[in-house]
Amino acid sequence: MLKDQDRIFTNIYGLKDKSLKGAMSRGHWDGTKQIIDNGRDWIINEMKASGLRGRGGAGFPTGLKWSFMPKESDGRPHYLVVNADESEPGTCKDREIMRNDPHTLIEGCVIAGCAMGAHTAYIYVRGEYMREREALQAAIDECYDAGLLGKNNKNGWDFDIYVHHGAGAYICGEETALLESLEGKKGQPRLKPPFPANMGLYGCPTTVNNVESIAVAPTILRRGATWFSSLGRPNNVGTKLFMISGHVNKPCTVEEEMGITFRELVDKHAGGIRGGWDNLLAVIPGGASCPIVPAKDIIDCQMDFDGLRAVGSSFGTAGAIVMDKSTDVIRAIARISAFFKHESCGQCTPCREGTGWMWRVLERMVKGNAQKREIDMLFQVTKQIEGHTICALGDAAAWPVQGLIRHFRPEIEARIDQYTYRSTSEGAVLEAAE
Amino acid sequence: MSVRRLAEDQFQPATFAFSAENTVFEAATIAKYPEGRQQSAVIPLLMRAQEQDGWVTKATIEYVAEKLSMPYIRVLEVATFYTQFQLKPVGTRAHIQVCGTTPCMLRGSDELIKVCQHKIHHDPFHTNAEGTLSWEEVECQGACVNAPMVIIFKDAYEDLTPERLEQIIDEFEAGKGADVPVGPQINRHLSAPEGGPLTLLDDIKPVRTNLDPKPEPAAEAVSVPPADAGHPKDTAPETDKSLKTPVTAPAAAAANAKEAEKGESTTTSTKPAAKRGSKAEGAPAAEGAVAGADKPKRTRKAKPEGEA
Repeated sequence: MLKDQDRIFTNIYGLKDKSLKGAMSRGHWDGTKQIIDNGRDWIINEMKASGLRGRGGAGFPTGLKWSFMPKESDGRPHYLVVNADESEPGTCKDREIMRNDPHTLIEGCVIAGCAMGAHTAYIYVRGEYMREREALQAAIDECYDAGLLGKNNKNGWDFDIYVHHGAGAYICGEETALLESLEGKKGQPRLKPPFPANMGLYGCPTTVNNVESIAVAPTILRRGATWFSSLGRPNNVGTKLFMISGHVNKPCTVEEEMGITFRELVDKHAGGIRGGWDNLLAVIPGGASCPIVPAKDIIDCQMDFDGLRAVGSSFGTAGAIVMDKSTDVIRAIARISAFFKHESCGQCTPCREGTGWMWRVLERMVKGNAQKREIDMLFQVTKQIEGHTICALGDAAAWPVQGLIRHFRPEIEARIDQYTYRSTSEGAVLEAAE
Repeated sequence: MSVRRLAEDQFQPATFAFSAENTVFEAATIAKYPEGRQQSAVIPLLMRAQEQDGWVTKATIEYVAEKLSMPYIRVLEVATFYTQFQLKPVGTRAHIQVCGTTPCMLRGSDELIKVCQHKIHHDPFHTNAEGTLSWEEVECQGACVNAPMVIIFKDAYEDLTPERLEQIIDEFEAGKGADVPVGPQINRHLSAPEGGPLTLLDDIKPVRTNLDPKPEPAAEAVSVPPADAGHPKDTAPETDKSLKTPVTAPAAAAANAKEAEKGESTTTSTKPAAKRGSKAEGAPAAEGAVAGADKPKRTRKAKPEGEA
């Protein structure tokens, strides 16, 4: 288990002092000026050396992303945009950072801003997090009062942070949709290229980062890249906020070392599976868009990018949705399909039509009112949606259905058999026509 | 996607105006964005209007469009695209948003929806007879470790049981909603596990090993290449890249077709044909690589020979 001393989010449960003074006593805002004085290249090199991979789901190396920003400004301002539009089912880590440990994020914004030559940051918080937004704004106001933000501040890097918010659209978690939304339009993703690092917010160079990626940066720079990369295993280093929801005894959010096995994670922090390990059916390991993994594969799987990739799923945001044997797994995935149908932005036809189509077929499969050949047809349709849309929502909608068919096909077939049996044995009585 | 339209004309008030306090907010919000980019303020303004009036009216949309110098249709687009905007009047004392997405569903949100149907109205977005309560099923609200949960206006009520939700609805109905404790309704603090946190119990000493003394400039770091780790590994047999299809291995396919034609009368099994086909495909490719540089024409000729 990770030692408390190695945890980055020291107040994730909000049981300690949340104010600026409290955060400083736990080591935040310590040496920020020194870090900024070390310069842009030093920060980016340290971040690259730390091996931090983006915590928003795709796992893109954060230091590398920062280095894409133009070195010299061509007159256009640079922007840092923080993606706090956390809407992936199973994910609720940014919420805890914003309401309980907001100073990690604010300090991270200043440092990341310096590394990419930006003097302005927008934090895009999802619309439903109203109290979190207020808590974050209060913390920012506190920093302005203490002279840590604004013009001529104590850190030696002029920096302004504005909190913006959405209004209930999952798609705005996609970086270009987020920028559209921030510009006051519908959140429909843009075609790339041009990438945001060249043409982002208001046509200016922009980097969009997840809250957690930004919030861990100051601690990494203070303690050194070697410390961070000594945790976990190569390519999957560091600590991560894990969220364990669903059928465990004590669902919770906890910061742990990457690469911890699923068994250890659940036993140590979540009080075990409801009804014991034999009762585990399957786990969706990284938020709703990741394919489901059956119990036998997940129990001793290492929870990190490569570990979950090896079992045909992905690490995503590390929000594990646990299902025990009482779960109707077809219905659980059908509900995820309904979610994606609801959240599709309607821009690309494969996704707009396909998500609804998959949901309708799955709803019939929940009852068993389907043909077995439709299982293959459904799989084929998911393959036609995947990779044929502007953003990854099409992929995200297709993967859970593919995972279901891959691992629970007998379950679907049994349900169809049962339905057919009932409809012939109990319902219509077969009689010869007279 | 779903169809969302404005409420019928008979429900629409004629005018809209922000209260004095919200006018201050309006100016401050518009000032957050660069000159000429005031359109960015459209979502915050609509949201504040909804907080003031309970829902987004046509008059609000027109007011915001005028204030931000936006075409009316652009604001209408935003109001209908984002599902948090209520386009019809909702319950005055409480509008209960039950999260029904899978993590909450697994922990019993179906029961919560039944409670709402029983106590308020069978259908979502309909107020009860007095017009004080309404409900809807919403998608993930980002409190999955505290499932199941509902949001009433700005606050989340988490770790609910159907009985507890009934009590909460009664409290709001009686106008005493402010008395209900927000957050988890069981023995836990926010997202810490039930019964108290198991981590962060030690006193943590701040560490700054990387800053004192001033560190050497880092050598060119070995960076992690961008990986497609976000993309799950595809194990479906039909997408296996090593499988040959007529598109990827045309020569072998042609050989197979020939073999099949020949074999129709003698009924040869397809297996040896496939083997022969793949060998035939490999041979001319290697030959082509050697001879291809100066004699491209011969290689093209050689291909059918090799296959035959």
